[in-house]
Amino acid sequence: MIAMVPFSALANPHRFMSFSDRMLPWMGWLTALLLVTGFIWGLFFAPPDYQMGESARIMFVHVPSAWLSMFAYAVLAGASLMSLIWRHNLADMAAKSAAPLGAAFTFLGLVTGALWGQPMWGTFWEWDARPTSMLVLFFIYLGYIALWETIEDQQKAARAAAILAIVGSINAVIVKFSVDWWNTLHQPASLSRLDAPAMHWSFWVPLLICALGYTMLFLTLLFVRMRTEVMRNRIRRLRMKQVGA
Amino acid sequence: MSEFLAMGGYAQFVWPAFMISILVLLGVTVLTMRSYRREQAMLASLEKKNDATAPAEY
Amino acid sequence: MSQVSMRKGLRSLILRDVKGAARQGTGGLQAVIFFAVVITLVPFGLGPDTDLLNRIAPGMIWIALVLSSLLTLDRLFQVDFEDGTFDLLTLSPIPLEVIVLAKCLSHWLTNALPLLLVTPLLGILLNIDLSALGMVLVTLVIGTPALTFIGAIGAALTVGVRRGGLLIALLIMPLYVPVVIFAVGAVNSARLNIANGEGLIFTEPNLLFLAALSLFGLAIGPLAAAAGLRLNLS
Repeated sequence: MIAMVPFSALANPHRFMSFSDRMLPWMGWLTALLLVTGFIWGLFFAPPDYQMGESARIMFVHVPSAWLSMFAYAVLAGASLMSLIWRHNLADMAAKSAAPLGAAFTFLGLVTGALWGQPMWGTFWEWDARPTSMLVLFFIYLGYIALWETIEDQQKAARAAAILAIVGSINAVIVKFSVDWWNTLHQPASLSRLDAPAMHWSFWVPLLICALGYTMLFLTLLFVRMRTEVMRNRIRRLRMKQVGA
Repeated sequence: MSEFLAMGGYAQFVWPAFMISILVLLGVTVLTMRSYRREQAMLASLEKKNDATAPAEY
Repeated sequence: MSQVSMRKGLRSLILRDVKGAARQGTGGLQAVIFFAVVITLVPFGLGPDTDLLNRIAPGMIWIALVLSSLLTLDRLFQVDFEDGTFDLLTLSPIPLEVIVLAKCLSHWLTNALPLLLVTPLLGILLNIDLSALGMVLVTLVIGTPALTFIGAIGAALTVGVRRGGLLIALLIMPLYVPVVIFAVGAVNSARLNIANGEGLIFTEPNLLFLAALSLFGLAIGPLAAAAGLRLNLS
């Protein structure tokens, strides 16, 4: 399926604009279809979990958010790497566009996780490895967005942000490891994470649909934001031309 | 119906979770589309002012 | 460039920075005062229970240290950037990465070293026990280079930004989390070891990870910081 994506379409802004122009309506409708189906299925038709009851339904919004928060960062980091290696303008725009989306998903992951944690483990927040890592990831996103906003020269901002993204990716690995370590130091294994028993299809199918829906939403909004950036670039150039003329 | 709304006693967790998710996702979508339309409008007006024979620059 | 002249160049750079800081007396003193303020506030916030203070002392010392570090980082490159020194330095045959290394060293000497020296006094305020204090000092020596090198990355990326101090804190905070985890972990496991009668074990995993982070910072910090400086200087 990856092979179907014409990477040449993503190589330069012009091709990207025409490619996204054609794809976006489909992507939009697919997103809406998946999300509506997934939510309705999850809320109405999926059976309540025999252990966790109706609260398990929160999984349909929590798991996709958490998954997307990481996927968005992968896109951000990958684009930043491409930017540093090939100096692709479009790669910078992709990274810049992915960040606020990733931050939103991370925020949702944290909030829905808290709402799920209270009925499940009795507390809204637990300094467990995964929520803690997600909190740190949220800060990473905020810092990255702040860097883009604070540096006025967009070219410089792009370079700086790319460096930050790469350093952040290395750090994400280190943080994950150190937080796991820190957790084993402090948690006397009292918290028994309910190991999800093999999920019944009536549960993981709507979950998959929601996850796909979230992913399509991310990609759709990513493309729209990238188009916005391309237009901003053109506006800047046109303005400079008009001033010079 | 009320049983559905009560979500087996977990209503105060399940509904806020879904509501916040829908709200944030909608919000991000709206903001994204709004800045898109804004830039689109600005670009259109700039291009009208610009020389019509100049090639479109990306 | 010959080895001798590079070493001489480095030495003169470091001496210049240290002398300048000593003359102005701002950087290191500011960090020490802030450090003292934070530690002094702790008992007022948490109560004077000496057992509690003793237990949290290593963690609080490290937190206060990190905060003081963040305070001084925006000055790491700012002054030389603004008055044009860096533009001149990039013309020299010394690679920018080495110059960054020199700046980090002088920053450590003028900021981290004073903090290290004040730690025993402040540790007493928090009722720290001697063995824990010893380990805290060890972690400070091993861990503060990590703070400086990693902090340099944030400082370099934001050097053109006015009042970049707060932005640096936001950027660096995720990078500092592992350092704090391993440093305090080392002290706590040293406490356990001593309680079990095993004495201070220097090959303790937390310490090794902390050292690894510092070495990692040494490797990547100047590289990334130089890249950041270059893009801001162009």
